[in-house]
Amino acid sequence: MKPAPFDYLRPATVADALAALAAGGDDARLIAGGQSLMPMLNMRLVTPRTLIDLSALPELRRVEVADGWLTVGAAVTQNELLARPTLATEAPLLAAALPWVGHFQTRNRGTVGGSVAHADPSAEIPLCLVALEGEVVLRSARKRRTVPASGFFIGPLTTARAADEIVEAVRFRLRKPGAAYGFREMGMRHGDFAITALAATVEADRIRLSVGGVADRPTARDWPRLEGAALDEALNAFAWDLGGDDDQHATATYRRTLVRRLGRAVIEDAQTELTP
Amino acid sequence: MTALAAGTRHPVTITLNGQPRTGHAHPRTLLSDFLRHELGAHSTRVGCEHGVCGACTVRIDGVAQRACLTLAVQVDGRRVDTVEGLAREGRMTALQDAFHRHHALQCGFCTAGILMSLADWLVRVPKPTEAELRDMLSGHLCRCTGYAAIVRAVMDVTGQTTESVHV
Repeated sequence: MKPAPFDYLRPATVADALAALAAGGDDARLIAGGQSLMPMLNMRLVTPRTLIDLSALPELRRVEVADGWLTVGAAVTQNELLARPTLATEAPLLAAALPWVGHFQTRNRGTVGGSVAHADPSAEIPLCLVALEGEVVLRSARKRRTVPASGFFIGPLTTARAADEIVEAVRFRLRKPGAAYGFREMGMRHGDFAITALAATVEADRIRLSVGGVADRPTARDWPRLEGAALDEALNAFAWDLGGDDDQHATATYRRTLVRRLGRAVIEDAQTELTP
Repeated sequence: MTALAAGTRHPVTITLNGQPRTGHAHPRTLLSDFLRHELGAHSTRVGCEHGVCGACTVRIDGVAQRACLTLAVQVDGRRVDTVEGLAREGRMTALQDAFHRHHALQCGFCTAGILMSLADWLVRVPKPTEAELRDMLSGHLCRCTGYAAIVRAVMDVTGQTTESVHV
């Protein structure tokens, strides 16, 4: 199918984009890479009156490392971030998870900020943002504010972003000394939507497991360094708390099974890296 | 700020396979439709129109992307390469030659998109492993299921032999 008609705006600055967004109100949609929005436009699941294109804004295309944060401008593409030579040392979890985001061809256009703003519950980048206790920088014509990942994702395709705000940047915490990371995903094919995706952070005294594709948003849980039956029990309780729904891809029961099985596996992956 | 009204066809100029070309497009016109219907570049196939099948993959400023998930007005002033631009003076590229040699196409509907992906990807990954190649190919659907011959062709043209018993 083809999109319904819309006016197209390509602002030259973020300030212009914010003014256009404030004027457009609920009938305006922002587009960056469009790898989620364009299919929705083509299928007429969304029919905005105005499309505001952020993809060419130089202000949104910076990547910076400072003060313990990796700050990624919202219009940086997924493959541009993946190609960053220092990514594996700065954020090994992102380096492990990004190849699972869509396909080579969609990562060439899809953006880091767009994936976070879209907030698909099974998406890898929101999962990494929660796992790494990241932040989302939001900007409106009135002000700039920073929202922690734990408060940004509210539900399926629903975030704390207000109608007049754009996601300006996404901030991931840099690799912590003494921490190790693991990432696993189950999908029908590599590149398909994750049925369940899992990210583990293991430190000397802590395990953090983050899960996407089960609850209505990426969700993390922290434990001390549990092992054996205690870890199984913790994973089981987490799986039940996440719940999950039956859909055409998998049952909720299967998703919870993946949390128990792959949860243990991804934690062991990280532990092995920590104490080889 | 560029502002293009929904109901108007706007001029869009691209460098298509090295040649400047101008057509007109509504803001909602997809690049895939612009190439086919406005510029008559029919090699770019339209399959699923939601970015899954890969048939419409073209290179925009050298980077392989889905034409069905790109608006024509977004590529104004940019370089677009399609499979028509691969052969030079009637001679196919080594990659196309390998596809021919290995029968890496059956109906051919997916082929243009796969060749355009490979034209970008092989510059970044000149000696892919078979696993890396199969991962990249997961961004394309071949309904004839001719993947084995495609893998054979790419491993051949990159000077490697295939490892998998299934190939």
